[in-house]
Amino acid sequence: MSKMTLTIVLMDPPYESENLTTAFRILDVAARRGYHINVFAYEGAAGLACARQTPHPNSVHGKNVAEENHPTTKDQVAALLAEAEKNGGKVDWINCGMCVDERGVNEFVPGTRRGSPADFHAFVEASDNVLVIPTK
Amino acid sequence: MAKKTLNIVESAYRAVMEEQDDTILWLLAAMQGAGAKHTVVLRGNAVNYAVAGQGVPGLTVGEWKQTHAPKMDRDILDLIEKRKIPVYVVAEDLADRGIERGELVPGVQMLSRTALPGLFAEYELVAHW
Amino acid sequence: MAQYLLIESRDPFESNDVGYYYDLAKGLVEGGNQVTLFLAQNGVLSARPSAHSAALSALARNGVTVLADDFSLQERGIAKLAEGVAAAPIDVVVDHLAAGHKTLWH
Repeated sequence: MSKMTLTIVLMDPPYESENLTTAFRILDVAARRGYHINVFAYEGAAGLACARQTPHPNSVHGKNVAEENHPTTKDQVAALLAEAEKNGGKVDWINCGMCVDERGVNEFVPGTRRGSPADFHAFVEASDNVLVIPTK
Repeated sequence: MAKKTLNIVESAYRAVMEEQDDTILWLLAAMQGAGAKHTVVLRGNAVNYAVAGQGVPGLTVGEWKQTHAPKMDRDILDLIEKRKIPVYVVAEDLADRGIERGELVPGVQMLSRTALPGLFAEYELVAHW
Repeated sequence: MAQYLLIESRDPFESNDVGYYYDLAKGLVEGGNQVTLFLAQNGVLSARPSAHSAALSALARNGVTVLADDFSLQERGIAKLAEGVAAAPIDVVVDHLAAGHKTLWH
C-alpha cells in the first residue's frame, strides 16, 4: 500500500502570522503518522527554511540567548524532516526559487530544496490531498 | 489527466506593485503552463481585478523608477485568452462594490454567491487563496 | 455526497468576511454534503458565548459539525463554548485530509 501523501502550501513569512503555528502543528501530526509530506513554501514562506536565522536574547524579560531560547522556523523545519523520517515518512520541502531570490534567503536547511510552480503542480498530481494555507 | 482545481481568490492588491503581478494568479498561470487544469473564482475585493482600465504608472522612489507596473485587468484577460483558465466573478460581490458588468474585461463569467457551493462537486480540489 | 473541512482562522469581530464562510458551510450542507467547520486561531473567539456565537450555533442546528481547535481555545483562555460548538484537536484536520475530504482554509 502506498504511503499517504499530502501537499501543504505555505505563504506566510516567519514571525508575522499565527498561520505558521497552526501549519507546523498540522505538519507535525502528519510527520508523526509517517506520511509523505510535500511542502511548497511560496512567497514569504520561502524564508522559513533559511539557514541564516539566528535566535536573540530578550532584554524586556531579562533573558540571554540561551535563556530565551527563541524559536526559529529553520529549527522547526529541520525537526519536521527528522520526525517524518523517524516514523517512516519523508518531507519534500521546496522553497519557491524566485521567492527565495527576491528575498535573498538562499541558504537552506539541509534536506530542503529550491523549486518552481512546476514542482507544485507535480506535488498536486502525486498527492492524496492538498491544503493551501493562504496569507492575508 | 491533471486534477481539476477550483481556486477561490479573494486576496486583492496584496504586494502587486512590488511583485508586478498578483502572485496567486501568476502561480496558477505558471502551473497551467506545466499542465494543470485550473479555474478561478474571484470573490470579495478580488472581483475588482476584472475591472477594465485599471493600473498606475510605476512606483518612483528618488531616482529609482519602476518600469513594468502591473495591470490586473490585462492579467485577467491573459488568464482567459492565453492560458485558457476560466475566470468567474461573484456577481453579488461586484454589486456590493458598485461595479457594473459593463465595466469588466471581456470573457469573465458571472457566478452567483449561492451557486458557489454547487460548483465544488465539479472539481477534484478546491483551494481558497 | 461529499465531505468537506472548512478551516476558519478569522473572527467576526475583526473581519466582516467570516459570514461568507459560514454561508459557504451552510450552502454545502444544503447541497447534501457533510461539512465540518474547524475554527482555529482567532476564529475560536466567536466560539465563546457572545454577540457573534449565535451564527455558529445556527450552523450546528443546520447540520454543520462545528469544532474549535483546543490549542487556540487554551491559548485564549476560552473554557465555555457556545451551544453546538465542541473542542477538538488539530489531528482532526489531518484526519480529514487523509480521508480525501476537500479542505479549505479561510
